[in-house]
Amino acid sequence: MDTSLHQADNTAGERTFVVRILRQDGPGKDAYWERHRVVHGADMNCISVLQEIAEQATTIDGRKVAPVVWECNCLEEVCGACTMVINGRVRQACTALVDRLLAERPGEIELRPMTKFPVLRDLMVDRRRIFTALEKVKAWVPVDSYYHMGPGQRQSQETQQMAYLYSKCMSCGCCLEACPQFLKIELSRKQGETEEEFRAREREAIDRSFMGAHAVAQVELFSSNPIGRMNASERLDALTSPGGIQTCGNAQNCVKVCPKEIPLTTAIARAGRSATLHTLKKWFDK
Amino acid sequence: MVKPRVMVVGGGLAGLAASMKLAELGVDVGLMSLMPVKRSHSACAQGGINSTNDLTRQLGDSEWKHFDDTVYGGDFLQHQPPVKELAYWAPQIIDLMDRLGVTFNRTPEGFRDQRRFGGTLYHRTAFAGATTGQQLLYALDEQVRRWEVTGHVSKYESWDFLGPILDDAGRCRGCVSQDMVSMEIRAFPADALILASGGCGAIFGRSTNSVACTGSAVSRAYQAGARYANAEFVQVHPTAIPGADKLRLISESARGEGGRVWVPRRPQDPRPPSDVPEDERYYFLEERYPKYGNLVPRDIATREVFNVCVTEGLSVEADRMCVYLDVSHLPREMLDRKLAGILEIYEKFQGVDPRRSAMKIFPAVHYSMGGLWCDYDRTADGGLQSGSPRNQQTNLPGVFAVGECDYQFHGANRLGANSLVACIYSGLSVAPGVAAYVGNLPQRPAVEQPSSLYDRAAQKHRAEYEGLLARSDGGPNPYRLHAELGRIMTAAATVVRHNDKLEEAYGRVSELQRQAYDCSLSDTGTWANQNLIFVRALQDMFPLAKTILKGALARDECRGAHYKPEFAMPEVDAEDPAERRRQAEDWCQRFRRNNRKWLKSTVADLSADGEPQLSYEDVDTSLIPPRPRLYGVLGGETIEEVWRSSHPDNTAPRKS
Repeated sequence: MDTSLHQADNTAGERTFVVRILRQDGPGKDAYWERHRVVHGADMNCISVLQEIAEQATTIDGRKVAPVVWECNCLEEVCGACTMVINGRVRQACTALVDRLLAERPGEIELRPMTKFPVLRDLMVDRRRIFTALEKVKAWVPVDSYYHMGPGQRQSQETQQMAYLYSKCMSCGCCLEACPQFLKIELSRKQGETEEEFRAREREAIDRSFMGAHAVAQVELFSSNPIGRMNASERLDALTSPGGIQTCGNAQNCVKVCPKEIPLTTAIARAGRSATLHTLKKWFDK
Repeated sequence: MVKPRVMVVGGGLAGLAASMKLAELGVDVGLMSLMPVKRSHSACAQGGINSTNDLTRQLGDSEWKHFDDTVYGGDFLQHQPPVKELAYWAPQIIDLMDRLGVTFNRTPEGFRDQRRFGGTLYHRTAFAGATTGQQLLYALDEQVRRWEVTGHVSKYESWDFLGPILDDAGRCRGCVSQDMVSMEIRAFPADALILASGGCGAIFGRSTNSVACTGSAVSRAYQAGARYANAEFVQVHPTAIPGADKLRLISESARGEGGRVWVPRRPQDPRPPSDVPEDERYYFLEERYPKYGNLVPRDIATREVFNVCVTEGLSVEADRMCVYLDVSHLPREMLDRKLAGILEIYEKFQGVDPRRSAMKIFPAVHYSMGGLWCDYDRTADGGLQSGSPRNQQTNLPGVFAVGECDYQFHGANRLGANSLVACIYSGLSVAPGVAAYVGNLPQRPAVEQPSSLYDRAAQKHRAEYEGLLARSDGGPNPYRLHAELGRIMTAAATVVRHNDKLEEAYGRVSELQRQAYDCSLSDTGTWANQNLIFVRALQDMFPLAKTILKGALARDECRGAHYKPEFAMPEVDAEDPAERRRQAEDWCQRFRRNNRKWLKSTVADLSADGEPQLSYEDVDTSLIPPRPRLYGVLGGETIEEVWRSSHPDNTAPRKS
């Protein structure tokens, strides 16, 4: 008995399409376009396209090249790894289906790295800054310990549903790519600077710059949690510090590109109100 | 910066849980991962996490019954003390995750909501929409970030674990890893190493696993002398969506919330599923398993789906095997509140809204019940000695294994929603033992070991790396070899296994392995070389693949996910009651005989020539004596009757 589970049907003719990729060999190197031809198979997405390109490792004009470098993991849009700019739009490569992309723009798919993060190589960028912002706003519930202390507090379905909207954020960076206030920071190590000094200087630059909508939404998430609420004011300190919510220019691009449809602008509006009250309170308490 | 005492490899649920608990115990941790830990494969777990809870308790449930369901579902192939401990810890783990802010779904009164999962009759499964794994992962990721800020956890993200460092006495003194961007190879001194690197689905080509689930870290430990147990027990999940790059899971929770599996009674009925009238639908799981219905354990559901398509020819499509998983009859509001995550996956990838039309699904490789062999310290009453360094320790002193990469909890088949609880449990519970281990080292700690130990280890891996870079052109293409490996393994070692096919597969995999050591790199650069990292991971798939095949070949029986029709139990199907009873007596006798021979864990050592050597380990079944795993077997009632008369104290789960 043949037990061929899920063998892909790649025999549907030899229809092909072209993939145009903006490549870069490393930080500080020049970017360049490269074209690859890929056979159009069934159920393809941009991940299987890149897998195909890795296997071929040959450009459209027959030149042998190194496989294109990119990040991915879950391939079902829950890990946030494979964010890139596809046909001009920031999104995850896994849910970018070839049939649909070719229907929008026949014959060719364009892939380029996100523009707001330093390119490490090809489509792989350095997004550590996203997690730095989560540190800054203390995006966690500060429990006393991990010993058994009974359950968390009861909460209404409505509260849970609202929190769930925010807690689905996978730190993919789409909202940052689309944000006019979120600017690229790309520093390189100066002569004589140690690795630690360089990281400190980089951290300072990141802390001064806009944290982005995702971090604001996490403040809303944790400050609405019954335990997380207890240190809401620390998060508001972060939110009102340089690079905080006042930097938001209200362009509202973030909410349009969020793959998880997180109500980012609602979060910004609510956090903005809390931040104003927090600032006033601190001023009166002086 | 303080040097970490313990290195954790893998930042999914198990690795994160171990890291945060160690940090709480005052042990500094280095956490190493192939990617930012928030992007780990645990994010893919959908349906929920099991524990006895206040509600089920009042309906007769107990921790003991959770324990019983788990070992019965696993066909008794797991040591019982760790599983018992897990079941008793489970309610506390869910409470902890609740305190950490996991957005568990709520009842109208504000309690945590629970649904039913496979292999049980109780609603034990707490859930956060249909992205429970993601939500649990994030809560632990956040806690670890908290410890990172205080300096007690240092993360090494984008580092590829290359192997443990063992001193002359065989004791672990750290590990060697490679930065996947700069390609720097570095030795990390550490007094203990915790492997929490997950499963190895990539050995089967496409599976429900994430890209990183190559099993490479485990394989490297195995090649360094760690034992690997029960490799042949690979869970094939009944419901996944086919894809060119991945087979995407549709969670068991779809069935837990009332989803039904069916095929049209007319083969390849061309009508859209919603137009097929009720009496022309074959709800084959409900018909064959009236008690558990669509929630039979996964190995059984998978075989039935497979059977209905392959043997009975009732696949929905002619050229691609699939059956319907239908939730379109369920209230839309409930679907959106409890299952949105998986329904969106189906809609995004298939372009069909499952709220309106039945989904097309087929089984896919999902989970490795087997893993690194590890120890436990049993108490007199069959629990675990808390804080003992023996718990979860592999045969390599100082190397521990937790999460999917250990073999401890699931036996021959894992029950749905038990993996998340086992990952968090093993991660949390290993910490006190590791803390005790590093606090009582018989020799000087890693930082005081001679630097030559580390230089030598790093140099060995550097030489291998340079050897890879220096490979010549014109060899086989590694990506094609991987696809071929996946095809062979999927055909020979998934739902149905035959000895001739397994033997043939072993030969072909050995040949592929030779080619893999010969394959060419298309990237010979020394910066972010993913091609090289892939080739190395591919090479390391072979020792595990061969262990899976060899274990399956040797095991001439059917147990849980391991199914060989040639060794299936006889049917108890006679019309005549006396004859049926006689058949049942034979059945029970054969069952006992088979258990004497095969109720044993397969334990593999990799010999110097790279071939797995198998031995067998008795299973501690001292708490719940093994009994026939019947669920809905034909003639099951008669078998149970016969069994009960000869084993009066060993039928239903006893109370704790």
